[in-house]
Amino acid sequence: MRPVAIVGIGRTKFGAFPDRDLRSLGIEASQKCLEDAGVKPEQVEAFYLGNFAGPSFVGQNHLAPYIAGGVGITGVPTTRFEAACASGGSSFFHAFSGVAAGLYDVVLVTGVEKMTSQPTPKVAEILAGAGDVSGEGKAGATFAALFAMIARRHMHQYGTTHEQMAMVAVKNHSNAAKNPYAHMRKVITLEQALAGKLIAEPLTIYDCSLISDGAASVLLVPLERASEFAGKPVRVAGIAQTSDFFSLDQREDITSFAAVTNAAEKAYKAAGVTAKDIQFAELHDCFTIAEIMATEDLGFVKKGEGGPYVQQGCTLLGGPRPVNPSGGLKAKGHPVGATGVAQICEVTEQIRGAAGERQVRNHDIGLAQNIGGSGATAVVTVLCAV
Amino acid sequence: MTQTALGPGTIYTETVVWAPPETYVNDAPYQLAIVVLDDGGRVTSRIIGDRVQIGDRVDFVEHRAGAPYFKKRL
Repeated sequence: MRPVAIVGIGRTKFGAFPDRDLRSLGIEASQKCLEDAGVKPEQVEAFYLGNFAGPSFVGQNHLAPYIAGGVGITGVPTTRFEAACASGGSSFFHAFSGVAAGLYDVVLVTGVEKMTSQPTPKVAEILAGAGDVSGEGKAGATFAALFAMIARRHMHQYGTTHEQMAMVAVKNHSNAAKNPYAHMRKVITLEQALAGKLIAEPLTIYDCSLISDGAASVLLVPLERASEFAGKPVRVAGIAQTSDFFSLDQREDITSFAAVTNAAEKAYKAAGVTAKDIQFAELHDCFTIAEIMATEDLGFVKKGEGGPYVQQGCTLLGGPRPVNPSGGLKAKGHPVGATGVAQICEVTEQIRGAAGERQVRNHDIGLAQNIGGSGATAVVTVLCAV
Repeated sequence: MTQTALGPGTIYTETVVWAPPETYVNDAPYQLAIVVLDDGGRVTSRIIGDRVQIGDRVDFVEHRAGAPYFKKRL
């Protein structure tokens, strides 16, 4: 295994774009990324695409060459990776593996999703396909319902409150207001978050991430060649993708995601760090309870202390360990296949010190955590300054 | 898909769904729960009748369209 660096990032704005199709979003992020790295399409040796449900959302299959060709990348392996909401993280993990193993030197990873062309109940149904459709799906479980059941259990076992969950939403909206790429740049109050329309009790609309269109890209190269490229390099210090039993009713304890703790352990070991070394993080806040759980599963705090951690302001942009400076899935938006790659873009930009108004104070080492489904896939990545 | 009757169980966790997927739009709001069966194992189930909370005892009612339905033991 050889060291790997990110030398380019590119993003579209996230949002609801009735005039944009999936391909144009994927192409825009890819081109911005190549431009950042100073790379021409013909230099790209492999293309990895993260996409959850293009075939269901827009009726298009065979998506990797569909987008790569639009960028001018041909004659190389182009492959789509699907791992539900961890599709982006999984494509990044596999691209990293290809460069680390010495198979390729210049690899482009793009994550994309076009979701807003479908009405919300249809989106909920497509997303529910990332759960066990023959089990929990037949009982009428949506993803909000699964995370609501996690929230209820977390509240029962640890005394976590809905107010603490709402504080995650307030914080992430506040951060997104400073992010030009964010879907919803609107500050909300705690009262608003608590009084939102019920989605799955106790979760309100403000506990749920957004249905968004968008794309994000990163360019990976061997660290030893990083200086040949235009973009300021950031090192992929450690990364792991792991899995767990598929549905919640197959697990002993649903207040923790074993795939996340497992991936974190491996990524920390590879990076030669511990949880306390992580200065800031982009976490998978598909629902507010998921961010609270992630701070526990990643070892930022002990199990059950995630609620008080957000309540005490520890994860605020100006706090001791900022979480989701981008605004997270909650407010930056959650175009499913783009999410894992967008997290890597954000951590890279923060480490470069180029995040403007939302720049975190200490930015030498950051983490991204991306989960698929109700935690059956997890990808944890530690990035550090070169 | 097994359609055999299930024994009683205890509520491990629950929620009431207000924003259903397309297929169950007409059912909402409905209660969903993970039931720990006395005989072992867990099932994601619908709850009919009275709302339940964590720790409540429930009895199996029937399978409908592949999903188990339970009700609160009174």
